[in-house]
Amino acid sequence: MKLCLVVDDSKVIRKVARRILEELSFEIEEAVDGQDALEACERNMPDVVLLDWNMPVMDGLEFLKSVRARADFTQPVVVFCTTENDMAHIRTAIEAGADEYIMKPFDREIIEAKFVQVGLI
Amino acid sequence: MRTEDFEFLAKTLKERSGLMLTPDKVYLLESRLTPLARKSGLDTLEALVQKLRVHGDQGLIRDVTEAMTTNESFFFRDNTPFDLFKGKVLPAMEKARGTRKRLRIWCAAASTGQEPYSLAILLRESWFKWRDWNIEIIGTDISTQVLEKAKAGTYSQFEVQRGLPIQLLIKYFAQEGDVWRLNDDIRKMVTFRSFNLLDNFFSLGTFDVIYCRNVLIYFDQATKTLVLERMAKCLAKDGTLFLGAAETVLGITDVFRPVRGQRGMYVGSDGDAEKIMGLNQ
Repeated sequence: MKLCLVVDDSKVIRKVARRILEELSFEIEEAVDGQDALEACERNMPDVVLLDWNMPVMDGLEFLKSVRARADFTQPVVVFCTTENDMAHIRTAIEAGADEYIMKPFDREIIEAKFVQVGLI
Repeated sequence: MRTEDFEFLAKTLKERSGLMLTPDKVYLLESRLTPLARKSGLDTLEALVQKLRVHGDQGLIRDVTEAMTTNESFFFRDNTPFDLFKGKVLPAMEKARGTRKRLRIWCAAASTGQEPYSLAILLRESWFKWRDWNIEIIGTDISTQVLEKAKAGTYSQFEVQRGLPIQLLIKYFAQEGDVWRLNDDIRKMVTFRSFNLLDNFFSLGTFDVIYCRNVLIYFDQATKTLVLERMAKCLAKDGTLFLGAAETVLGITDVFRPVRGQRGMYVGSDGDAEKIMGLNQ
């Protein structure tokens, strides 16, 4: 079973994402911000990170850059999942090493399609 | 809904579009045609049927047909037919048509355009091979309404997230407020026209590839046979046909045969497409 780390400061979003991903046979861990997510990666590296952008303490982009800079990490697939829906943000995320990008609001179909595209399903 | 009204609508739809409406689809008629009745200034579905019966209003009949056809579509739907296009069909055509450098592709139920545009994007991704070719992608649909949307090439945030990899969104779309518009380079590659699959195909010419996905399922057996046999006549001998995942030619016609191990892919029974594509027969 593949492990997905769901990073979002909203409890509701984490819950919705968890339900969808569990149905798609993923094991789920949750983190509430980038710092929390980085610590989760150090403990137990997920196969994929579903990553919000705007969060307190450490935002999604900063988290992504930190992960991609770590030579000692087995690099996970990173899928942004954010309300930022303009081309500038999308480009920035992809240039920083994100594999896919979901614009909120999302549903099961979108998550499934994106996870298929990055080869996780 | 009254039985005779249902029967009248079912018969009209069958004649006009080949669409088969079974009695368990009454709810569909009601949910899709009630708004249309109101838009036409009529109070009820009964009144709509009455108007169709008495006046045989052609415009209204067209509106009814359009409202009842299913137009769900997304980019790279089901993936496989596009992987095969890229991996098998295009390399084969590059060789087989290398001298004439002409390629004609038909999306027979193009709906809002995602399927022909997905093919155009795939061609664009290896454009260095095709830039001096004469490539025609023709998208047809019975509904003029969906074709308007297809021509515009604008899609909602929801639509561009169903099947379209983010890299391709960045490369081929521009954001305009709430919608995403396909670049002119891609839009210009596809021609859309209104076409009823029950009409004859002579005006269309000959194709190298035909996509006819998720439309035969709405037809009865005889109509399926008719459409497939006409398609065989306008497909090149080494051409390829793609049907939807829930569709087949088996038991319907022997003018096509499925390509073993390649889901949804069919070739002419007397053709040699498999050899050209290097596929096992």
